[in-house]
Parts: sequence; structure tokens; C-alpha cells
Amino acid sequence: MLPELFFAYFAFAIVLLSILVITRKNPVHSVLWMLLLFFHIASLYLFLNAEFIALVQLIVYAGGILVLFLFAVLLVNIREELRISRFIGAWPTGLTFAIGLFIVILISIKSFVLGQQGIYTIDLIKKESHIKALGKLLYTDFLYPFEIASLILLVAIIGAIVLAKRRLKG
Amino acid sequence: MVLSTVVFTIGVFGFLSRRNIIIIFMSIELMLNAVNINLISLSHYLQDLRGQILAFFVIAVAASEAAIGLAIIIAFFRNKATAHVDEIQEMKG
Repeated sequence: MLPELFFAYFAFAIVLLSILVITRKNPVHSVLWMLLLFFHIASLYLFLNAEFIALVQLIVYAGGILVLFLFAVLLVNIREELRISRFIGAWPTGLTFAIGLFIVILISIKSFVLGQQGIYTIDLIKKESHIKALGKLLYTDFLYPFEIASLILLVAIIGAIVLAKRRLKG
Repeated sequence: MVLSTVVFTIGVFGFLSRRNIIIIFMSIELMLNAVNINLISLSHYLQDLRGQILAFFVIAVAASEAAIGLAIIIAFFRNKATAHVDEIQEMKG
């Protein structure tokens, strides 16, 4: 009973908060609602036995990405933003498309079957600790994707600097 | 999974309909988060850690995408002084 109640609260809060994120007029409000949303998603991860991912979610999203977003929001003229309408003219098309996609995905979920169970049961993870099991897997089976991810981050660093740099005079 | 679908749909709607380009980027983050919720819940129910590894990579890609996207916004804003997608009309080449 209690787990269902917990999940119901988090699911409701996540849906409500994500609607709030995309409908607020003031971008600063949007960013702050998104902070609350990330906290709820992290709690949901905790609830799904993924402690390390929950912490990474908090550090990377709430600590890194949202600060970036706040910096970008500072560039926008908020007074003008509050005056004009928040959606583009063709927003009913977007809504229709989104609802159609939702229905298609719901129909396709029905034909979903669970695969076979893996070896990482909760008891094993409890015995080995979550981070140890995750690290073992990350540095053995997933070593190449791990290196590629580091390459992507390097490209992101260089690209961000190159794009945001002012052009030098002369 | 239904929760993940709902969040993803909201992200798609926001992506297609908002005027401010920053909110559009936040919608993309929303969609990536929906994918992460799905991956981690399936990794829990299948008792397999590979879903969580995949969620890691999604987070890394989301971080780099946010950095690049915001850099593009800043470069664009310096030229045009607007953040609304319907005022971006000219292209060259």
C-alpha cells in the first residue's frame, strides 16, 4: 500500500511540475519549477534502488545544467517576455502532434513483454554495494562507450568555448 | 512507463509550441529525463544494471547538449538580440 502511495505522489508531482515548466510565462519561474522537478525525479530513482544515479541526477542536472539555464535566462529581456504571448501561432498543431504520439506510444506499450531477468538481484547489490556493482560493469563491459562519452564531453567543452567566444579584432 | 510517456509527450508539446528558445531547450531536457525514468524503472524490474549504465550515458549527452545549445543561444543572441524562434527567419546559403 505504502509504495503505491509513494509512487502515485511522485508520478502526480512529476507530471504537474513538467506541465508547469513548459507553461510558465517567466523563464525564471520555469527554471525553478524544473529544479523541483529534478528533485522529484531523483527521489523516484531512490525509490527504484538506484542511489548513485539519483545523486548523479542531482549533481549534474540540478547543479550544472540548471545553472547554465539560469545564466542563459539572464540574457532574455523578461519585461518583454511577460508582455507577449508565450506560444507560437501554430501551437494547436504541436498539441495535436503530441497527443497523437502519446496515443501511438500507449498502444505500443500494450504489446510490450518483459525480457528475462538479469543477475543483479537486490540481494546481490546489497551485498556488493550499488556503486561497486555499477563501477564493475561500467569499466569492463561498457569501457568503449565510456571512452566515447568522455570524447563527447570533450567536444562539448571545445564547441561551447568556440561558439560563445567573441571574435578577436584584427 | 505510462508516467515516462506522459512526461515525454509534454516535452514534445513544449518543444513544438513555445516561443522562447530557452524553454525549448528545457523541453528537450524533459524528454531526456523521461527516457531516463523509463530506463531506470526497467533496470529495476529486470534486475539488471545495464539500464542504469545507459542512463549514465544519457545524462552525459544531455549535459554536453545543454552546453552546446546554450553556447549557440548566446552567439545567436549577440547577433540578433531576440530569443524567440518565430523571429529567426533569415538563413544564408
